[in-house]
Amino acid sequence: MNFARIEGVTLRFGDKIVLQDCTLDVKARAITCLIGLSGAGKSTILRLLNGLRTPDSGRVIVKSTDLATLKQRDLVKFRQKVGFSFQFAALFDSLTVGENVALPLRENTKMSDAEITKVVHATLESVGLENAVEQMPSELSGGMLKRVGFARAVVNNPELVLYDEPTTGLDPIITHVLTDTIKRLRRQLNGTAVVVSHDLDSIFVMADYVAMLFEGAIIEYGTVEEVRRSANPIVQQFLQGSEVGPIPL
Amino acid sequence: MGAHAIKTIEDVGRGATGVLEYAGGLAMLSVESAAFIASLRVRLKETFEQAYFLGIQSTVIVLLTSTLTGMIVSFEAAQNAVSYGISNVVGGAVTFTTSRELGPMLSAVVVAGRAGAAIAAELGSMVVTEQIEALESLGLSPIRMLVVPRLVAMIVMMPVLTILADIVAIVGGGYLAHTLAGIPYDTFTESIRNYGSFSDFWKGLIKAAVFGALIVLVGCYQGLSTRGGAAGVGRSTTGAVVLAIILIFVTNFMMSLILFR
Repeated sequence: MNFARIEGVTLRFGDKIVLQDCTLDVKARAITCLIGLSGAGKSTILRLLNGLRTPDSGRVIVKSTDLATLKQRDLVKFRQKVGFSFQFAALFDSLTVGENVALPLRENTKMSDAEITKVVHATLESVGLENAVEQMPSELSGGMLKRVGFARAVVNNPELVLYDEPTTGLDPIITHVLTDTIKRLRRQLNGTAVVVSHDLDSIFVMADYVAMLFEGAIIEYGTVEEVRRSANPIVQQFLQGSEVGPIPL
Repeated sequence: MGAHAIKTIEDVGRGATGVLEYAGGLAMLSVESAAFIASLRVRLKETFEQAYFLGIQSTVIVLLTSTLTGMIVSFEAAQNAVSYGISNVVGGAVTFTTSRELGPMLSAVVVAGRAGAAIAAELGSMVVTEQIEALESLGLSPIRMLVVPRLVAMIVMMPVLTILADIVAIVGGGYLAHTLAGIPYDTFTESIRNYGSFSDFWKGLIKAAVFGALIVLVGCYQGLSTRGGAAGVGRSTTGAVVLAIILIFVTNFMMSLILFR
């Protein structure tokens, strides 16, 4: 069953066509990983899924609702149910770790301070950072920043969590920790996740479904095994990291 | 029509479109900010923090520039006034020019250089590090979270800074008129009473509040429109200061025509 669907979406930034008649299904209660070349438009798909971008044509449907039909106020409410973990964490550098994670609860709910503190501690504990509440983002390592970003994204129990390059630029141990965290958080929330990544090892560990984006469209979609066995030479060249093949360098 | 003429027309058209887009964007930002303020959705803690940072921390530089300006205006006026035997008008002249024009405008220019640049740089950095998108993804309005506290803080603090600027400029002017031109303090203060006007003073404060709003709106708009990483932040910051100063002068001209006719 689909949780979300991007249907025939075309999107341009100026003269550049980023997505061209792109269609992608996001299965409910599963992790869908999106792979593709740098600049292919993967992060743009995440932004379409939480309404931060609007397609030039085509539809973005989440839980049977076409996002284009939502009024601004409803779109804001919709976004409150979608977690977004940014590539560089995008923590608010004037706030402590605890305040960053608490922000969506403070602004979007009527929870008391005591309740918020309890939830923030529990969420930070779930990403292994219960002792970092009072630290500033500038005091954290890259891996810790990502995990705080995860915590902020899931603190209000969203049904859909979007991860933009969660393991890029991190050492193998932290990559393993983050991959496990994404899988565990999805199970805990019993929700849906979409992960954009170049890290194929992590993707093959965490993905239930894999979609490959190339030249603005999804050219392969399936389970990890199906994508690994793909007969598409573009997919095979990408998976093997080969210079030789149909992908222009 | 030659290719050169067509290109010129295209350039003019593109420039005009850019100006209109900018003006429209600034107007939208103003309207949205005003809507949050009107519905009392103002974050007080952030507003006080911004009042401290943008207002109170600008006090020293505003006082310094105002004192020196008041002194030099008084010195020039006093020298001529004494030679013409009209030293009884110096206090009034200093008060008149300070409360109507120099106090609000010079304070605003100084604050635009300091606070306007800081606002554009901070918001621009937040754009390039995806913090603004992060706010939006959490269902939070960057205008309510970032623009409104700065706007309210500056609308309140700019007149306060101007009051201080007026006072030190007049006091400094009186001191210099006495020490360098020999005008007695009594004559100077009597002149203020005779020629100074409370209406000039509060109209100057209205100007100051408008300038404060302009500085914040331009700084925020420049910051939120930042594109292109660190270089983009630099461009936004420079643009915020230059544009705010130009708008302060233009607005001062128009407001003076309206308020003092």
